[in-house]
Amino acid sequence: MRSERAMSPPAGRLRGYIVRSHRVLDSPISAAPRALLVLAAVLLVVALTQPLWDMTMFAPQYQDGLRLHIYASQLVGGNGGQDLKEINLLNHYIGMHDLAQESFKEFLWMPFVFGALALLLLRAAVFGTVGNVLDVTVLSMYVGAFSLWSFAKTMWAYGHELAPTAPVKVPPFMPPVFGSKQLANFEVYSYPGVGTWAIIVAAVAMAVALAVAVRGARRELAAEPA
Amino acid sequence: MTVQGNRRFAMAAAALAMISIAGCAPSKPKGGRRAPAAASDTAVAAQKTYIAPGDLDEYYMFSSGGHSGQVFVYGLPSMRHLGTIPVFTPYPGTGYGFDDDTRKMLGEYTWGDAHHPGLSETKGDYDGRWLFINDMNGRVARIDLRDFKTKQILGPIPNVSGNHGSSFVTPNTEYAMMSSRFSVPIPLGTYAPIEKYATDYKGVVVGVKIDPKSGEMSLGWEIVTPPFDWDLGDAGKGVSDGWMFFTCYNSERATGKLEVTASQRDRDYIAAVDWRLAEKSVAAGKGKMIGGVRVLDPREIPGLIYLMPCGKSPHGVDVSPDGKWIVGSGKLQGVTTAFNFEKVQTAIRNKDFAGDEDGIPVLKYESIKDAEVPVGLGPLHTQFGTDGYAYTSLFVDSAIAKWKLGTWEVVDKIPVSYSVGHLAAAEGDTVSPDGKYVVSLNKLSHGRHLSLGPSQPESSQLIDITEEKMKLLYDAFTEPEPHYAQIIKADKVKPIEVYPKEENHHPLATWDVKEAGLKREGDKVIVRTVVVRSTITPTSVEVNQGDTVTFAITNIEQTTDELHGFGLLGYNRNLVLDPGETKTVTIKADKPGVFPYYCTNFCSALHQEMQGYLIVKPRAGGDEKGRKRDNGHD
Repeated sequence: MRSERAMSPPAGRLRGYIVRSHRVLDSPISAAPRALLVLAAVLLVVALTQPLWDMTMFAPQYQDGLRLHIYASQLVGGNGGQDLKEINLLNHYIGMHDLAQESFKEFLWMPFVFGALALLLLRAAVFGTVGNVLDVTVLSMYVGAFSLWSFAKTMWAYGHELAPTAPVKVPPFMPPVFGSKQLANFEVYSYPGVGTWAIIVAAVAMAVALAVAVRGARRELAAEPA
Repeated sequence: MTVQGNRRFAMAAAALAMISIAGCAPSKPKGGRRAPAAASDTAVAAQKTYIAPGDLDEYYMFSSGGHSGQVFVYGLPSMRHLGTIPVFTPYPGTGYGFDDDTRKMLGEYTWGDAHHPGLSETKGDYDGRWLFINDMNGRVARIDLRDFKTKQILGPIPNVSGNHGSSFVTPNTEYAMMSSRFSVPIPLGTYAPIEKYATDYKGVVVGVKIDPKSGEMSLGWEIVTPPFDWDLGDAGKGVSDGWMFFTCYNSERATGKLEVTASQRDRDYIAAVDWRLAEKSVAAGKGKMIGGVRVLDPREIPGLIYLMPCGKSPHGVDVSPDGKWIVGSGKLQGVTTAFNFEKVQTAIRNKDFAGDEDGIPVLKYESIKDAEVPVGLGPLHTQFGTDGYAYTSLFVDSAIAKWKLGTWEVVDKIPVSYSVGHLAAAEGDTVSPDGKYVVSLNKLSHGRHLSLGPSQPESSQLIDITEEKMKLLYDAFTEPEPHYAQIIKADKVKPIEVYPKEENHHPLATWDVKEAGLKREGDKVIVRTVVVRSTITPTSVEVNQGDTVTFAITNIEQTTDELHGFGLLGYNRNLVLDPGETKTVTIKADKPGVFPYYCTNFCSALHQEMQGYLIVKPRAGGDEKGRKRDNGHD
C-alpha cells in the first residue's frame, strides 16, 4: 500500500484506468450482446454461402449482361457458368489471365477464417466477457479490411498483368470494385453482394454488442460499493 | 392573294403539269399493278404486319422449298424469311451436305423436290416436335424442331416412283403417309412395255411408321393399287380418325399426252384407306414381300380401300377440323365437293357400290356427298379457320374463296396475285384452327416486285381472315418454290440455342485446345480440331499425299450465335459448326501442296485471322505432273 501512496497523481490515474479497464474487460456480458454475437456468427456463415461481390457487364452484343458472382470460396458465372467462360474468352483478346478459381488465394483462407470468426463469436456469446467481444470484433474488422484489400489487389493484378502479345492492346486498368466503369464496349457494374451485406450487418451487430457490453459493465462497476 | 397563297397555287399548277405529263407518257402501267388501296386500309395492313425491331413474330410458317429441296422458315405476320433448313440439297450456308454425316445422309443426290411439310401432331393438333417432308425422289425427311436440323432421310422407299403424295401425318404422328405419283412396274427395275401400262404398272400407297418417342421413321407397309397417279392426301381426324384419304388423277390408266388422255372421265377418285386395318394385316403377316417391303393387295383384304368418285383430276383433299367432311374438288371445275364421312361409312355398310377397280369397291358419288360448293374456277386446296369457315384456293380464278361448312354458302372471295396453288391457314389443317391468317402460296408474281430479270420469284401473300371480308395484308417474295406450307403458333416450338457440352457424345469431340492435334494410323489421319474465337487449332496440319484425312472439328463455344465455319480451299469442303457441335469431314489428300483452311462464318473481331494450312507433302519420287495439274484448281 505504501508504493501506491508514493505514486504521483497522473501515474495513479493511469493505473486506476487500467485496473478499471481490466475489470470492464473481465465483466460478463448481458443477454442482449450475446444475442447480437450469435446473430453475427450466423450472418458470417450465411456470408459463406452468398456472393460477396457481383459484377455485371453489358455491351451492345450482350443485352442481358454477362454476370460474375464472387463467393468466399468460388467464382460463379451467370447463365449456368457460361458467362464466366464468355468473360474469359473475351478477356483473352486483351491478354488478361483467365479468371480462374486457382488464382484467387482468398478462396483458400476465407472460408476457414470466416468459420473461425464464427466460432470465436459463439465462444464470446457463451462464455462472454467484454474482452472476448472486443477481441473478436477487432479481429473481424481486421479480416474484413484485409479481405477487401486482398480482393482489390487481385483485381488490380488482373487488370495490370496483361500479356504483351495480346491482339488488342489496352492500357492497364483497375477493374471497378465499387460502382460502374466503361471498359471498351462494356459497361461494367461492380457492387457488394448479399454476402458482403451480411458481413456488414454482422459487423454492426458486433459493434453494437461491444458498445452495449462496455456500457453495461461500466454501469455495474459504478454501482458496486466502493 | 397572299404570298403564301401564290406559292400554293404555283405548286398545285406544277403538280397538275406533272400529272398531265405522266398521263401522256407512252408506257402504260404494267398489268398486275395493285389496285390503289385506300390510305386507311394501307395503314391498317401496315400496322397488322409490322413487327417492331426486336419484337418477335406470332407464328412460324414452314414453307416447302419445292425443287430447291429445302424448307423455308418465315415469321408471321411480318412474312420475314428467318432462315432456310436444308433437307434434300447441299447448302454451304450451313455446311449441310459437306460433313461426313450429312453427305452420307444425302447419298448421291444433289437435289430434291420437297412439296408438303407435315408437322407432328398430338391428338390432331401440332405439337412442335418434328417436321416431315417429302422428296419426289422417293424419300421422306424428318427435321427436329429442337434444333431445326434435318435428322433423318428415309428412302428411296422401295416400289415408289415419284413421291409427290407425302408426308401426311396422322393425328398422333403414328404415320407419315405417302403415295406414288408415277405408276411403274414393281419392284423398281422391273421391265414392262408402255402398252401394258393399265395392267402391269402399279401405284403404291405407303405407311411410313414413326417412332412416337424418337421420331425415327421406318417402313411400315405398302398397298399396291391400280396405276392411278396418286396426288395428295390428308389423314382423317376426329370421327374419321383411322382413315387416310388420297386423291388421284388418271383413273383412265392412260399413257401418252396425259393432259388429254387423263382428262376423259368426268370423275377420278379419292381413295379412303383404312390404315388401322393395313397395320393389323401386316402384323398378321398378310401381303407379300416386294422390293424388300411387305405389300398388301386390296383384293385379298376386303375393306382396306374404297374409292370415292370426285370431280376429275382433283388435286388436294382436306378433312374438316372435326373430321366429318372430306373436301375435294376437280381442279378443272367450278365447285368443290364436301363428302360426308358418315355417309361414306353407311355406303360401305350397305355395300352401296357403283362398281370396282381391280376389286376395289367404288362408292356412289350421290350417296356420299353432302354438297357441291360453287367456290369458283380451278379449286385446288382447302384450309380451315374458326367458326366453321373454309378457305379454298382457286388456281384458274386466281382467288381464294371463303365458305361455310354446313351451310355451304360462299361468303367472300379475294383476288390473289397470281394463280394460287396451295394455301396455308394458321394451324388450318388441325383439329383446332386458329383463324387469323391465310397465306396464299402463288405460282406467279408477274412483276409485283423489283425486277430480277426473267427468272421471277414466287409470291406468298398474307391475308387477314379475322373479319368477314378477307383482307390482303402483305406480299412476300420467295425463292423457288413453295408448294404447301404449315403455320404453327410460335410458342409451341421450343428450340435450343446452343448444343450443351454435356449432350455432345461424339467420339471425336475435343473440348480442350491442348488435346487438339494429329493422330496417324497407317495412311489414315485424324485431326482433332477445336474452333473457338478466334483460332482453329491446330493452326497447321502436315500430311502425306494419299493420306485419308479426317478433320473432327468441335466448336467449343457455348454462347448463342457463336458459329464457326471450316472452309478448306482446294478440296471443296465447307462446314459450319454451331456452338457445342462436333462434325467430321474426310478428304483423300490426293493433291500435294498447301491448302488454307479458314473460318467461313463470321465470328469475332479477329475472325479474319482464324485460319490455318493443310500441307500435303508430295509422294516420294514426286508427282510433278499431278501437282502442276491440280494445284490451285478446285
